[in-house]
Amino acid sequence: MSAAATTTAPGGPPGRTPRSARRGRTPLGPTVVLVLGAVYCLLPVLWVVTAATKTPGELFTTFSLAPSFNGGLTGNVTDLLDYGDGVFWRWALNTVLYAGVGSVLTVAVSAAAGYALAKYRFRGREAVFRLILAGVLVPQVTLAIPQYLLLAQVGLTNTYWSVLLPSLISPFSIYLCRIYAMAAVPDQLLEAGRIDGAGEWRLFGSVAMPLMLPGLITVLLLQFVAIWNNFLLPFIMLSSDERYPLTVGLFSLLNQGASQPALYTLVISGAMLSVLPLVALFLLLQRYWKLDMLSGGLKG
Amino acid sequence: MSETGGTAPGTTTSGDGTAGATGTGEALATAGRDAGGSSPPRRRRGTRSSRTAPWLFLAPALALFGAFLLVPILYAVWLSLRSQQRAGGGIVAQVDVVFVGVENYARAVTDPALYDSLGRMLLYGLMVVPTMLGLALVFALLLDLPRVRLRSATRIAIFLPYAVPGVIASLLWGFLYLPRVSPVRETFLAVGLPAPDFFTSTSVFFSVANIAVWGGVGFNMIILYTSLRSVPAELYDSARVDGCTEWQVATRIKLPLLAPALVMTGVFSMIATLQVFNEPQTLSPLTNVISSDWMPLQKIYTDAFVRNDIYTAAATSVLLALVTLVLSLLTLTFLQRRAFGDDA
Repeated sequence: MSAAATTTAPGGPPGRTPRSARRGRTPLGPTVVLVLGAVYCLLPVLWVVTAATKTPGELFTTFSLAPSFNGGLTGNVTDLLDYGDGVFWRWALNTVLYAGVGSVLTVAVSAAAGYALAKYRFRGREAVFRLILAGVLVPQVTLAIPQYLLLAQVGLTNTYWSVLLPSLISPFSIYLCRIYAMAAVPDQLLEAGRIDGAGEWRLFGSVAMPLMLPGLITVLLLQFVAIWNNFLLPFIMLSSDERYPLTVGLFSLLNQGASQPALYTLVISGAMLSVLPLVALFLLLQRYWKLDMLSGGLKG
Repeated sequence: MSETGGTAPGTTTSGDGTAGATGTGEALATAGRDAGGSSPPRRRRGTRSSRTAPWLFLAPALALFGAFLLVPILYAVWLSLRSQQRAGGGIVAQVDVVFVGVENYARAVTDPALYDSLGRMLLYGLMVVPTMLGLALVFALLLDLPRVRLRSATRIAIFLPYAVPGVIASLLWGFLYLPRVSPVRETFLAVGLPAPDFFTSTSVFFSVANIAVWGGVGFNMIILYTSLRSVPAELYDSARVDGCTEWQVATRIKLPLLAPALVMTGVFSMIATLQVFNEPQTLSPLTNVISSDWMPLQKIYTDAFVRNDIYTAAATSVLLALVTLVLSLLTLTFLQRRAFGDDA
């Protein structure tokens, strides 16, 4: 769904543009509504960028959507990076670890499981698939508290594992991988590989994985956002702030800010610094969002 | 791959990527040579490994599923049937954990605070789900119109909030709601209107719901838009030739085609509503109208970690999970029947 695909796609809908062009004038209404929607969606992001340029004094006194150029931005960023001996960097690195490493591992686990469910006939397959489907509907968040109590029993709370491990199981990712494997990996190709003597593991690694790759990237992005979004799990599991991800770290700053509003500028510049890289990443990876399988999912 | 050791020499390294090229070549040759009659051993090996292979592929997922889904569920159920009780008198009262049956459930379902939070959640859900899906639908249909300007720019902009995690979205909006910082309030004051208060006990519902709508509308729009793009354009073209207006094309052709995607987005939005925690929890330091048991999950959190009553929290968790499961199954069955006809 890249920008190019919608305007010039050779395989796209032929005749749509010429036909409508013949019909005459461009209606403004739809565009206006879409622009209003875009403004609504961009407003908080614009606000945080301008607010981050203000010194703590200016934050409460100047008009909020007017940026300030009195050195507020550099001051805020320096303050933020100095805060708690540079703990903000730790939070950023931790986020990369939890969401980055976590999503890559989830994709590996889910791709293998989805492939097995899609491409093998074996006893118990239906039962396993039903179990996974039921797992999709279980609200993961309500599991966080029993997960915490269980990990506390084995002394794993307040470790990186306590956030990483529970993030690795994603029934929805397995479900999606199964759909991708069914659609993208032809049985004949696997049969041909077997006749050539390729082992099952090699068939998966060198035949199925490359074919599933476009779908797997979507699963990776979805899971990255899911882990990055999951606040309750690290919030419950972690007690020392050097293991926090950004979300929990910024929340803890805000919580203290309620008594010392000077921390608000730190929260604001922290929010800006966490949002901008992700927004940039999103724009870069735009074309990889292949969600068509997602909407066709219920039919499959 | 040791189990393959006894068969054709070319296949022994099949599991190893480095020996791949030669391995396959030899295997091809062997396969050709064997085509005559000596295939039984290979076939036997094939069936054995393809019987164990799917389980090996499933093993990591099943292990994680068991450890972090099944076991926690069972553990929560087990905890919910137990409770702490003080045994014996004296100065050093001993605390025992004993089996209490459904006592925790009885306490949970008679707690008015639970119903208050469920009521708030229902209200919140009724505000969020229709607004979010309605807006997503409108945007998707508008994007799919021919001759719309700024199509990709607006699409990207509306999708962008999906990249912002709920906690940070709530931080951003929280400041936009805050007196003295909010540009919205400043704009109202500048044109001589009384500034709205985003943190009254009523308006806080809109404030929290707005954050969820903001974060979710783009993702749902993309799902709906993607499924619209997969419809062959000839369908619309022939309708237009037959004299259908764009409005008729949208309501009579596109909307029914979107039904499956709407079912899915609806169910996911509903599940998300039942788990709402991040937004109100993040806003709570900024205002005192969000109590520590404002939403069911916040109540569970407070019970477990502030009041240290994990047993009642477990019972409430189990109830909430059950409600979610039953509601989503019911919705799925009901909507699926409506969306796909009775044969689905």
